Amino acid sequence: MTTTYRVMPGPEHFLPPSASSMGIRLPDPGQAHIHGSIVSEDEAMEQAAREFLAAKVPTIFPGPLVLWAWNEKAAKKAKAVRHLYETIKECVDPKLQQAMLIPMPDYRPKYPKINPEIEINPNHPNLTIWHNKIDACMFVGVHCHQANLSLKIIRGGTSCYTVAMCAQAGHEDAMLSFRDATAEKIGRLADWVKKLKGTVPPPE
Amino acid sequence: MATQASFIGQKNKKDQVYTDPWNMMFEAERTPSFFTGSEVIKEAVRRASCDMMVAYPITPQSEAAALCGELFAEGYIGDYFRGESEFAVMSQCAGAAFGGARVFTTTAGPGTMRAMENFPMWAGARLPIQMIVTCRGINSPLSIQPDTLEISYLMQTGMLVWHAETAQDFYDWILMGYMVSEEPDVHLPLALCCDGFFVTHTKDMVNLTPTEMCLPPYDPYRSPVPCMDMECPPVRMMRDPFVMKSNYISYATHASWQQEVWAAVERSRKHTIRWMNGLIETENVENDVVIVASGTAVSQSREAIAILEDEGVNVGLVKVKTLRPWPGEEIREATKHAKHVIIPEFNVTGWLAREVSATIPNNERVHAGPHVCGGMTMPPEIIASEIKTVLGMKVPALAGRG
Repeated sequence: MTTTYRVMPGPEHFLPPSASSMGIRLPDPGQAHIHGSIVSEDEAMEQAAREFLAAKVPTIFPGPLVLWAWNEKAAKKAKAVRHLYETIKECVDPKLQQAMLIPMPDYRPKYPKINPEIEINPNHPNLTIWHNKIDACMFVGVHCHQANLSLKIIRGGTSCYTVAMCAQAGHEDAMLSFRDATAEKIGRLADWVKKLKGTVPPPE
Repeated sequence: MATQASFIGQKNKKDQVYTDPWNMMFEAERTPSFFTGSEVIKEAVRRASCDMMVAYPITPQSEAAALCGELFAEGYIGDYFRGESEFAVMSQCAGAAFGGARVFTTTAGPGTMRAMENFPMWAGARLPIQMIVTCRGINSPLSIQPDTLEISYLMQTGMLVWHAETAQDFYDWILMGYMVSEEPDVHLPLALCCDGFFVTHTKDMVNLTPTEMCLPPYDPYRSPVPCMDMECPPVRMMRDPFVMKSNYISYATHASWQQEVWAAVERSRKHTIRWMNGLIETENVENDVVIVASGTAVSQSREAIAILEDEGVNVGLVKVKTLRPWPGEEIREATKHAKHVIIPEFNVTGWLAREVSATIPNNERVHAGPHVCGGMTMPPEIIASEIKTVLGMKVPALAGRG
């Protein structure tokens, strides 16, 4: 299916369509996508690093698959996520930018309200994004179904740039998505952030 | 956690070797065998590494559920039991799939309709259950004969829906079906439909893969939703239903959830095309008249095309293999030269004609028919007759055949 649809920061619509229904296709192994166009993984690494470095509040949202050490790979990935966060923190201008690491520990809707400073919930992610003025974020370790729900709601109601570091096939509802995530791949993204430090204009 | 790939080369308790599915389906030697459609279901399930089958084998029935019971007795299926009703069966299938099992079941006609509430639930819960639907009449008076009306209901559930023409399709697609529906970006239930009786009760030559090969087991930890285990017990799976809340975000989440199910149907396109070599098959679609059909209407159309060819009328054919995902772009392309698009169907409402009409430009080209239903056969002559009528040719009356 050929499509002119692009997965861009919102706010897009009262109820935006799923990118898949608009003809956006997921990358094959070794590839990634940016705004729905298939690119090489390196190109996506560079773009994701630039987005983090240019954001006022670059944020990582780790989900249950990396928050709990349910297997060895998960524990390794968790360390890599922490390393990526520390790297972003070191590479941004502390006077203008604030890197954040906000977990998504649970998928059940939180009532009567969540504390948006310490957590994000996939059913109402915009509360956390609005409250913290997050303008670029990365999902990692979130089950694919919940990630897609959340990414689409974010695109619908906020202008946040979304990146998905997916352990499976990727997410077309993110503006940029990797697939087959490993601790090494997360480490490579951290290397890209370090490499591009000082080359990306800080936010105004 | 063991991945699927790590099982390849190992043996199961029946000494079957977990085999790379691509090798098993496309490279392994095949043995021609003369089987009924129901026996073919049994042979496919024998090689599918199913953990669980739940059935409600009532009479009248296809023998498939009973034959799978034999497989359990032989040790090829992890567990098997008979539900209290079709509704119970489909609910029990959900329970098993929530728990991380590869699940197989089969139903037909009124059974499908009775269990209907479960199918959107399966899809919404992203459970890759495979259900064989040997379609037959759903209305009163009861009919055990083929009638595909139930497919039109299944098409709105969020399940993948495929429509097999032959027993060979059935055999291959049961095995391929698990490979597509268990992909983490898809992870949806599959309704693999065929026209009951014609496919289930008649014998055909089917090329089978070796008995000693089987699919690698299902890996529930690739699921896009949390798998139910000791860390994630059933109470957590209830997901605090949004229906309990009345606010914008609950509604928006539920809407987004539904969209995600249909997004997953779309994602299945890529995998299905790879495994099934396309969502449709075409023959001679450069002709002015093209038949678009699914299931055994395809076989009858082939016969009709042969009859017409003898009379100097050339007709093309589009075999629709998947109904969900819907091969809209493929059908538009295949019918772009056609002046007349003929759609023979084994149901009274003409759901395939409606789908095609909503898909192609200049849909006055679509001729919804011929239709038969309630178990009637569709002689190729009536398809040929429909085409000749459309072309303004003289047609002898076919009434009174019975």
